Amino acid sequence: MKPDFSLITPIDKVGVEERVARLNTRSIKKESKLFAMRLAMQMIDLTTLEGMDTPGKVQQLCNKALRPYSGPHEIPQVAAVCVYPPFVRIAKKALGSSGINVASVATAFHSGHATMAEKLAEVKYCVDEGADEVDMVISRGEFLRGNYNFTFDEVAAIKEACGKAHLKVILETGELNTLENVRRASDISMAAGADFIKTSTGKVSPAATQPVTLVMLEAIRDFYLKTGTKIGMKPAGGIRDTKTALKYLVMVKETLGADWLDPNMFRFGASALANDLIMQIIKQETGVYQSGDYFSKD
Amino acid sequence: MQNRVTILKTYKIYIGGKFERSESGRYYPLTDKSGKQVANICLSSRKDFRNAVVAARNAFGGWSTRTAYNRSQILYRMAEMMEGRATQFVDELMMEGDSKKAAENQVYEAIDRLVYYAGWCDKYHQVFGSVNPVASSHFNFSVPEPMGVVSVIAPEERTLIGLITAIAPVIASGNTCVVLASEKNPLSSLTFTEILDTSDLPGGVVNILTGKNDELLGQFSTHMDVNGIAYHGKDAKSITSIQQNAALNVRRVKLYNDTKAEANQVENPYRIMDFTEIKTTWHPIGD
Repeated sequence: MKPDFSLITPIDKVGVEERVARLNTRSIKKESKLFAMRLAMQMIDLTTLEGMDTPGKVQQLCNKALRPYSGPHEIPQVAAVCVYPPFVRIAKKALGSSGINVASVATAFHSGHATMAEKLAEVKYCVDEGADEVDMVISRGEFLRGNYNFTFDEVAAIKEACGKAHLKVILETGELNTLENVRRASDISMAAGADFIKTSTGKVSPAATQPVTLVMLEAIRDFYLKTGTKIGMKPAGGIRDTKTALKYLVMVKETLGADWLDPNMFRFGASALANDLIMQIIKQETGVYQSGDYFSKD
Repeated sequence: MQNRVTILKTYKIYIGGKFERSESGRYYPLTDKSGKQVANICLSSRKDFRNAVVAARNAFGGWSTRTAYNRSQILYRMAEMMEGRATQFVDELMMEGDSKKAAENQVYEAIDRLVYYAGWCDKYHQVFGSVNPVASSHFNFSVPEPMGVVSVIAPEERTLIGLITAIAPVIASGNTCVVLASEKNPLSSLTFTEILDTSDLPGGVVNILTGKNDELLGQFSTHMDVNGIAYHGKDAKSITSIQQNAALNVRRVKLYNDTKAEANQVENPYRIMDFTEIKTTWHPIGD
């Protein structure tokens, strides 16, 4: 049963911003902070999505995923490594049986402009290469034109092509203009079978913002209340430091509850965040502020 | 205008080129020599210090890669700006207890010292760099380079000349710094932040905090992203604790206690060398 997506769920923009501001005043200290930082580390999709990526760079990123830090402090592993399709096999081999997933972007990342046949072929290629998770982008052009059924069918078709692989649907909220559109795109993606909804590709500014994330989290909550299905969330792009990451975790806890404080239900698409988390975890454990000089560059 | 209420100034700390209040929201009262309160001064916290180090680290790349000549121009510009506000500095030093004569002397000496170090910015390489004889076919040369972020604990006496003597040689080579101003007499240092702000110095190169010495000393000396520590003073306990903390990552510590020294004892380029590292390059050459 496909709901009528032309109906608008109104979003109170000022209210959303105020709620975000209020949640940002929460202060997390000591053991809770350490817990949150370790959790955030486990939620990271370590990402490299550059035109200049090489097999060597991907190999290095996988090494970092496996051993984020060499020293006396215990740092948890990240959730996944996210790469372009040609590097899936390399990442899969490098990560072996570590339990770290390989995610691949697909469907003509990041513009989403390609024929349906090409998109499906790309998804199939990723899955065949061994990707555990597929990050697709929706066709924003069709969506903004009001062609909501197109978006629904697109996500549903890709979901089918994914098979066992988890599907994350990138809404690219920086191009959706309004929070109502973000809400609608979230609703469509979830109804069409997305396992995760994701804010951005990281290639468009603004990338993930807190208000957008809150709207998406509320969409997930409403979808859960209506259907009983738990959908995951992944903000991506622009989350570079521990402080920001903790603010997101507070939003998740307050909007969706503790069930979503789990790497299976919430992810950060980031690369710089990992180093800052490691630094802050060690700061918390030693009481001494750390320097980037003592950690790997990327 | 007899009944006019004078407007008292709120002094703020200076972090990353911005005037900020302490993140902690704490203040301490500053009194003049008659015991009358003249201002509220920020009681900076460890988080202010952390933010200042981040600002200093971010500013380091840009400042250290400017041409030496341009750094020299900017230091000279700071001296120019001080000249224009000399009377304000004199007033503030008199409030600390100086006679008018002593205050004036200190201000002019401070300006001259800034000009002195401005001159050295593009000259110390030539004096301390060298071409070294080696036995292989290499062109081998050594040049001094700035270390990075230096934390500076400014002296408690003769605060203006003390501050200039503490900062100028550190930034002349391209270092950036976080300064803890005098706890008892911070006014002239805070007015100096306005000189920093209006003299083309990029934000973050000099950050000035006010607050309690014994509260912040630990932070100034343990932060792993600080490459060197300059302590101006003679408190034995502070010196021991700084040296112990510096051992965490084998940081360089320099101790000074010469705010009353004559210019010819303090004005020398070895002060610049205190916070530089020598880099030696082996450049292969043909026969």
